[in-house]
Amino acid sequence: MGSLLSLSSTMLYSAFILYLVATFFFGFTIREKHSSSNKRSIAANIGIIVTIVGFVAQVVYFITRWVASGHAPVSNLFEFMTFFGMTIVLAFIIIYFIYRVSVLGLFALPTALIIIAYASMFPTEIAPLVPSLKSHWLYIHVTTVSLGQGILAISFVTGVIYLIKKIDQSVPSKRTTWLEVVLYSLILFVGFVIVTTIFNLMDYQATFEYTERNKAVETEYHLPAIAAPNGGQLVSENVMEPLFEAPAWMHGADAGRKFNTLLWSFISGTILYGLLRLFLRKRIGAALQPILNNSKLDLLDEITYRSVAIGFPVFTLGGLIFAAIWAQEAWGRFWGWDPKEVWALITWFFYAAFLHLRLSRGWHGEKSAWLAVGGFAIIMFNLIAVNLILAGLHSYA
Amino acid sequence: MKNIKCDCGHVNPEGTVLCESCGKPIAGNQHIDGNDQKKLLNMRYDGTARRSQTYNKTIIDKIWSFFSSVKVGVWLIVIALIASAVGTIFPQQQYIPADAISRDPAVYYPETYGIFGRVYYQLGFHNLFSSWWYLILIALIGVSLVICSLDRFVPLYRALKRQKAKRHYSFLSRQRLFSETVEVTATEKEEVIKKLKAQRYKITEENGHVLAEKGRFSRWGPYVNHIGLIIILLAALLRTTPVFYTNEYVWVSEGEQTVIPGTKSEYYIENEAFILDIYDENDERFKDAIQKQGVVPSNFQTNAIVYKAKEGALVGSDSELVKVAEDEIRMNHPLEVDGYKLYQSGYQLNEVNQMTFTIHEKDNLEGEDLGEFSIDLNDPKSEYELENGFTVSLADYFPDYYLDNTGEPKTETQYPRNPTFIFNLFPPNMEEYETSFVGDIKGAAEAIGIDTESVELSPMSKVIGKFATSLDPTGENDYQIVIKDIDFQRVSGISIRKDHSLPFFGVGALIFMIGVIQGMYWQHRRIWIQPTENGVLLAAHTNKNWFAIKKDIEKAIENTNVKMVNDQQELDE
Repeated sequence: MGSLLSLSSTMLYSAFILYLVATFFFGFTIREKHSSSNKRSIAANIGIIVTIVGFVAQVVYFITRWVASGHAPVSNLFEFMTFFGMTIVLAFIIIYFIYRVSVLGLFALPTALIIIAYASMFPTEIAPLVPSLKSHWLYIHVTTVSLGQGILAISFVTGVIYLIKKIDQSVPSKRTTWLEVVLYSLILFVGFVIVTTIFNLMDYQATFEYTERNKAVETEYHLPAIAAPNGGQLVSENVMEPLFEAPAWMHGADAGRKFNTLLWSFISGTILYGLLRLFLRKRIGAALQPILNNSKLDLLDEITYRSVAIGFPVFTLGGLIFAAIWAQEAWGRFWGWDPKEVWALITWFFYAAFLHLRLSRGWHGEKSAWLAVGGFAIIMFNLIAVNLILAGLHSYA
Repeated sequence: MKNIKCDCGHVNPEGTVLCESCGKPIAGNQHIDGNDQKKLLNMRYDGTARRSQTYNKTIIDKIWSFFSSVKVGVWLIVIALIASAVGTIFPQQQYIPADAISRDPAVYYPETYGIFGRVYYQLGFHNLFSSWWYLILIALIGVSLVICSLDRFVPLYRALKRQKAKRHYSFLSRQRLFSETVEVTATEKEEVIKKLKAQRYKITEENGHVLAEKGRFSRWGPYVNHIGLIIILLAALLRTTPVFYTNEYVWVSEGEQTVIPGTKSEYYIENEAFILDIYDENDERFKDAIQKQGVVPSNFQTNAIVYKAKEGALVGSDSELVKVAEDEIRMNHPLEVDGYKLYQSGYQLNEVNQMTFTIHEKDNLEGEDLGEFSIDLNDPKSEYELENGFTVSLADYFPDYYLDNTGEPKTETQYPRNPTFIFNLFPPNMEEYETSFVGDIKGAAEAIGIDTESVELSPMSKVIGKFATSLDPTGENDYQIVIKDIDFQRVSGISIRKDHSLPFFGVGALIFMIGVIQGMYWQHRRIWIQPTENGVLLAAHTNKNWFAIKKDIEKAIENTNVKMVNDQQELDE
């Protein structure tokens, strides 16, 4: 049992490293001159092979963890987000074989890497399934939703590439600013991962005591407390004193700790972004633009549309239809206006609007790319913020 | 109706932009689709006469035009999207947590969320999803779906049905893909048609004029998926009627048999046993997680038997009950009987069935008691007369006691989950009485660190009784009433649903998915081959994926003299 679990984590770790290596190979392809498009570059070939090997490693992680725990590893934030990273890679592999755009790997794999790294900052122990999750619909619903979101994530990736290439960086404008905001938000995740890893290695710990539901509860901070839990008392000694308390309206388990983590992500992400700007001496968008000389805008636009066209029905099926069937089975009502449900509906509304604007009002190109970025922001909001801020029935992941 | 006759002889309805039969632009109507400004023809709805673009006189025309606009539809979607997001900022009223300061929204929102909470409540966002304006918004989306679809589907269907292979030159030359070849032999032409056939194009020929068409059904995809959505909205409407939907809840304690609400006293449920299983904390797999999270339940289950009253039997007479179902009701495993579904929805481990009290002299609590009485919480009396002459009357009774934030004793529910009493004690042959406040066993248990939600108090009922409150508000009492024993019972909460609207939702969802796939994964491609003196005109249109239709044409004209079409697309930017 123990060995199976350690094999499982080794496999996830290997997958992570392989995706990273593959990213570098896709990076090499940008230096090549694409004189003849039929001749595929060696770097891209190695890149996609390494990606596939990494994907297989992650599948092994998934299966071994499933065997070890007795249920599909999609039952908490760590497991679900890791799986989400896996579906992004899967969607990338599929799209790659259709369009053969290697620059996609250079952006899609880091997106998956960030998500997997982010996932491993959450508790990784195997948790037993609570009664409401004990159903076959767990596998069916979660895997379909995740696949749908993974495919939609590709539209985000091509959207970002499109914007980096398209937007005129010679003069600062609203568009350059918004593009920086998008890139900055990605860097926030990296900042979070770095800070968490540092303090984990230091084995930092600060315990707070506070009351929840008229009961005394303890919560452990693994990052120095900037914000204490609402009404919390610091128990540990020789640790940083909190600067202030989390507001009372933040709900859900360990709201204070999660809020503190969010603050840390912003601080570290902002510093990281600042350093990058200092080092590059220009906007990150401007720094990235030259590496996209070889990519074609219309093809990127086509991939954006294609991934929405495929991802939307898959998401509808998993996130609304299967979700409703399961909710009916578990709670006797297929729809209950729970925040998670509402945000799934919002996601659906958003992509429905995307498709209408594109197909009947001709929003192609840049407008489409901005929308694809917005859609992904909604997906990530539903994945992270709804769990950490707006707790509801769907509090596992 | 002012019909328009085209040069080809076809009679078109008023407002037609391109002749349904030959495609010739109809003079005077070109502004409707914006063709007057551009070289290429707008082919989105094949230049058909759409009601919304044709009539704009009466109020009905104006409403129709308004709702048939995709722009309006998208705005409605965006407004619904933003409204829904606002509805998740704070919990909806139904999700106010059980441990909140108050379940009263007028208190809860301002108290918990300050000024924003007050505004949120006053604007009615705490019940957003059942508010009239949200429902109207959804209804407007429904109206927009219907009108948008009808406005486009009807004329489009008509035009595609009536289209002829023979097309007007100006129609062909103003297609996005077009070429003119001066010299083409008849065999070459045959060859092209053969290859198009091989690519599964349907060929219509009319005096040498050829139309190759494929995937027309995909044009109906959007309308099909809209029908699916309309069915879902109608189903939601049906569900508001009791004929289609019932939703009831019943608490039933172990060993109890009770009528199932919402069944017109036809069905009865018996709770044989309620089972709460938890994960073994020594389980190697879950050890770490359980250590971190505490007790994790693995199963909630009611072993239930459902009975049906015999037809014609007197309501409430148990002898006429027939067993119709027996099952273990668990999460994700409801019991099904005759269209009803019974769900495991809640439980109470520590509801009180009966309490026994003793009366003591206040300064001799350890000594022998002066009398004993028991209260059956399912049926509390207002007065208890003891054998030795004491009388106890219930001045006040709080079945589910708590102190509210003003310090007033209140009851949360009407179920005896934390029974607390204000007793008036009349000693033998006395007119004067002593008041005392007894109960709050939940408070006593929690004071010694027991989680009453997940731990059964039954084995320690005597200890808890001893620790429970017994207050003398005046400080002048001679006697004290003490809890001697508590008989707990486990109660299972079962929700009962009957939902005949489900099949409609299912059908709606299925039709929606079919429509989306039909419209999105197939394309309507048309290729026109028209003879000229010695050569041909080649034109093509697809509703999407131009890359693929070009490939089709390349394949078809391979090894012939026919020129590849030019992409005449004008870019706006």
